[in-house]
Amino acid sequence: MNVIEATNLTRTYVTGEVSVTALKGVDIILPEGDFVAIMGPSGSGKSTTMNLLGCLDRPTAGSYKLDGVEVSQMSADQLAEIRNLKIGFVFQGFNLLARTTALENVELPLLYREQEIPAKERKERSEASLSAVGLGHRYDHVPTQLSGGEQQRVAIARALVTQPSLVLADEPTGNLDSKTSVEVMRIFQELNEQKNITILLVTHEPDIAQYAKRVITFKDGKIKSDEPQKKRLIAREVLKTLEDEDE
Amino acid sequence: MNLWMVFRISLRALMRNKLRTFLTALGIIIGVSTVITMLAIGTGAQRSVEATIASLGTNTIMIFPGSGQTSGARTGAFGASTLTVDDAKEIPRQCSAVSNVSPITQVNAQIVFQDQNWSTQITGSDIAYPDIRNWNIVDGRFFTDDDVRAAAKVCVLGKVVVDNLFGGESPIGATVRVKGIPMRVVGQLAEKGDSAFGQSQDDIVVVPYTTCMKRLQRQSNVRYIMAEAASKDQVERAKKQIDDVLASRHKIQPGEDPDYSIRTQAEFAETANQSTQIFTLLLGGIASVSLLVGGIGIMNIMLVSVTERIREIGIRMALGAKRRDILRQFLVESIVLSLTGGAIGVALGYGFAHIAARFSQWPPVVSIQSVLLAFTFSLVVGVFFGFYPAFKASRLDPIQALRNE
Ligand SMILES: Nc1ncnc2c1ncn2[C@@H]1O[C@H](COP(=O)(O)OP(=O)(O)OP(=O)(O)O)[C@@H](O)[C@H]1O
Ligand SMILES: [Mg+2]
Repeated sequence: MNVIEATNLTRTYVTGEVSVTALKGVDIILPEGDFVAIMGPSGSGKSTTMNLLGCLDRPTAGSYKLDGVEVSQMSADQLAEIRNLKIGFVFQGFNLLARTTALENVELPLLYREQEIPAKERKERSEASLSAVGLGHRYDHVPTQLSGGEQQRVAIARALVTQPSLVLADEPTGNLDSKTSVEVMRIFQELNEQKNITILLVTHEPDIAQYAKRVITFKDGKIKSDEPQKKRLIAREVLKTLEDEDE
Repeated sequence: MNLWMVFRISLRALMRNKLRTFLTALGIIIGVSTVITMLAIGTGAQRSVEATIASLGTNTIMIFPGSGQTSGARTGAFGASTLTVDDAKEIPRQCSAVSNVSPITQVNAQIVFQDQNWSTQITGSDIAYPDIRNWNIVDGRFFTDDDVRAAAKVCVLGKVVVDNLFGGESPIGATVRVKGIPMRVVGQLAEKGDSAFGQSQDDIVVVPYTTCMKRLQRQSNVRYIMAEAASKDQVERAKKQIDDVLASRHKIQPGEDPDYSIRTQAEFAETANQSTQIFTLLLGGIASVSLLVGGIGIMNIMLVSVTERIREIGIRMALGAKRRDILRQFLVESIVLSLTGGAIGVALGYGFAHIAARFSQWPPVVSIQSVLLAFTFSLVVGVFFGFYPAFKASRLDPIQALRNE
């Protein structure tokens, strides 16, 4: 079963008289349980692709089936519901709500469920999600009381709390140091392996891409290459050697 | 998301910036409290005018000299009266719908008892005066037909006059001097309270009109005639009959302006009501402007708030908030703001009205309607001025919003 089936994805931005085609007919197929890293130079259309696959935007042309459902023609509100049900986002800048506790941040997507979830269940699920990323003791902390790595883990917990079929991460380690980045990749790898969650992440760092199963490279709004990762890194092991070095 | 959750989110957002929230609400607080206070003063005036008119007697008809172009009793123009005692006598003879009639004369004079003296208005009337005005005698009696016929030197005093001359003792049987003429006090009128204009109605001395004309005024000048219809539904008929009698006595040609005017109690009430209503509307209108200004304040702050929170809106949208969720969040925020302001404003307005009551002649009345009106108005202000910012927020593009710094 394919989670993503996008064919001929095209996106043209029109600003006044100027129009920029950021994406020029891209085909992407992601089977369930895949873990893909997207790379490519700045301006090559990576974020544009992520926005389209994340149902935050609609393609100018082409078709996009998410879990077998065609979503490219849906209305803004229909897309909002799809995002809530099927997609978890992790952003470079974390995008947590300020002055809001970790637990409440994680709970947020559950509040927007069309079918209301009881408060007790919301709380339990949010707590479980935070524990899963190793933040079981930080429920009441607000973003300013958390380190960058911890904030990103809260964001991951928020992405997971809805049990999405797809997690999209646009440069999730862009604001983190290398060790914290590896920790985030360890969480992604665990989710991918243990819960079979499909993950698509954009990164500029080749060593981060090495944790993925497959790497797609963009250039000028087109796919330049799409290859499986030959020398895949396992974050758990990398962390262990890092710790050994510290000692 | 249910409304309760939306409410909680909005409340939280408002609490985050307490000073700003307070200042924004202040606009509404001031608006609503002025509306409440102004309407209370207006309504108070209205009630007090109504009460005064009712105290004239319910079926009362007043006949004034001069044409009906201006309303109310004539005060000046001595000797210019077109009404006579004979007019007053003729009315009950010919008008079946009229039960009582009395000519009224008025003269200002000093009244002296021993070493006490008091300046007041002397009213000359016929014996029907207490009946027409629904005014009881609490002590002694009113003067009689014989007193009137004989222009007897007798008088009936109002409460204020008694208090000032007799210090609360019974005045019955005492002899007072009015314009140097000794008069026997035969009765005391029940207390009636203040009129709409803050004058005491109890500051009165009533004497037979004959006595007033012959001994005090020294001319037969009728200030006005008071009549009473037999019953409430006979008032219009009585008015017509009186008009017919006077028209023929004064030889008024059809189509010609009469030299008298007849006003019923209902017409009085209407005129008074109209003017107090205009007064109330005017006060309310002025106050509404401040409420409007408060509403603009809300809109301004909500627009600022939306701009500041574009990123938050983007995050919520990315996580699945629909347009109506965002719309509701900001709309509820502005409604909470305006309703809280409204509630505080109502409480404050209530307080102001009570303070105003201490300084004004007529006690302000905070009516349920004015509270509801002010409250509804602040709700409308919240919805109206909150809608545009909320709508703007709900139409944001999630990607643009997320990119906002
Ligand atoms: N809203 C927009 N309006 C106009 N042009 C846009 C818009 N968003 C992106 N573009 C253009 O589309 C192209 C692709 O942008 P995109 O953000 O997808 O690049 P990217 O691969 O994510 O780059 P980076 O690595 O710097 O994040 C760029 O040339 C960019 O200027
Ligand atoms: Mg990008």
